Amino acid sequence: MIEVRQVSKWYGNFGVLDDCSLTISKGEVVVICGPSGSGKSTLIKCMNGLEAFQKGEIFFDGISVGAKGTDLPKLRSRIGMVFQNFELFPHMSVLKNIALPQIKILNRRRAEAEARAEKLLLRMGLKAQAEKFPAQLSGGQQQRVAIARALAMDPVAMLFDEPTSALDPEMINEVLDVMVSLAQEGMTMAVVTHEMGFARRVANRVVFMDQGKIVEDAAKEEFFGTPRSDRAQQFLSKILQH
Amino acid sequence: MNFDFSVLFQYRDLLLQGLFVSFELTFIAIIGGMIIGAFLALMRMSSIWIVSALAGGYVNFLRSLPLILVIFWFYVLTPKIVGHPIDAYASVLIAFILFEAAYYCEIIRAGISSVKRGQVQAGLAMGFSYLRVMRYVVLPQALRNMVPVLLTQAIIMFQDTSIVYVVGVRDFLTTADVVANSTNRPIEFYSLAAVTYLVICFIASHLVSRLQRRYAL
Repeated sequence: MIEVRQVSKWYGNFGVLDDCSLTISKGEVVVICGPSGSGKSTLIKCMNGLEAFQKGEIFFDGISVGAKGTDLPKLRSRIGMVFQNFELFPHMSVLKNIALPQIKILNRRRAEAEARAEKLLLRMGLKAQAEKFPAQLSGGQQQRVAIARALAMDPVAMLFDEPTSALDPEMINEVLDVMVSLAQEGMTMAVVTHEMGFARRVANRVVFMDQGKIVEDAAKEEFFGTPRSDRAQQFLSKILQH
Repeated sequence: MNFDFSVLFQYRDLLLQGLFVSFELTFIAIIGGMIIGAFLALMRMSSIWIVSALAGGYVNFLRSLPLILVIFWFYVLTPKIVGHPIDAYASVLIAFILFEAAYYCEIIRAGISSVKRGQVQAGLAMGFSYLRVMRYVVLPQALRNMVPVLLTQAIIMFQDTSIVYVVGVRDFLTTADVVANSTNRPIEFYSLAAVTYLVICFIASHLVSRLQRRYAL
């Protein structure tokens, strides 16, 4: 479904991504991890064209993301994305955050869009918050609204860019639980995260990046059993210590 | 010393006319300044180097001049450029609009850049085009952030209109001064002028801070 072929990106002389290749099949959950500055967020933002790249190709469902003639808004409307800082629209109620994109982009009727929003809020356990504004919610609640907003567009794949990094520890699980249930329903997911517990539970593959390169791309069992590269071993020993 | 505040009442029509001119100047300068200022702001944020440099040059140039100089300048220069004498009122209006545009440009630009970059990314990622991200996501937030500054600027603008005194346009202050001299009652008329400006600006800034509190994000 998502195919990254030998993608490189640089700012001036500074390389951000170096010859990255990665394939994510339908229904697969791929966790991308690595030290900060390794390019993992940039890579995931290249997948829906939020970041440009200078070399290589990325195909989403057979459509080239980087090609000039590609209708990027249309392509992006089929890919859900969840950000580290939630990025809910602060001037709209929770319900409107979820309903407006459906109305404006998918041309759904207002009643239909709101019904879909309410159904998703119910699933997230946030039905009571529908009329509130994002600033009135906790971080964990905001992130679940952001996931609901993405799901309301009926995406065929979801990209998560460090979805729990900005959360207080006690709120991480409420977000991870939603992501686990999505994974178990067969959603195609690319997840940039340091949550190795999440990776262990639902990932099919784990990709380890370092200095713009994909150093390791292995099945979960293999990755947690015996990572091949020294860098991945070091990284794992650091974050799994506690 | 005896004060006779009843003279104020005799001249109420003239004074009200003057007050109307002050409001009119403020209103037209704000509308004109905001329209040109919005275009300047778009130019300044353009990725085309020369466009943004032109707007930036204009803004920095006008913001470094005193308003009174700009007014003199247009008063003296415009008739020379167009080849025939023009109304003092028209020349101060042009001066005000062009002067205010530089300030509004900066207010609007700051308002737009006050919206986090992540918001644009989130809008784009949903599938909105860049223009629709501006319309539904960035501009509503930018406007909300701008409102208090825009209103404060309007209050300053209202006070600044009194500068038209120097070219003899009959705004509120000029009228008060003319009548004060002809009736030889300067204390009464200057007091009235002070109280009028004070009351108007006090009410306006009170409204601004109430708005600010209500729409604080």
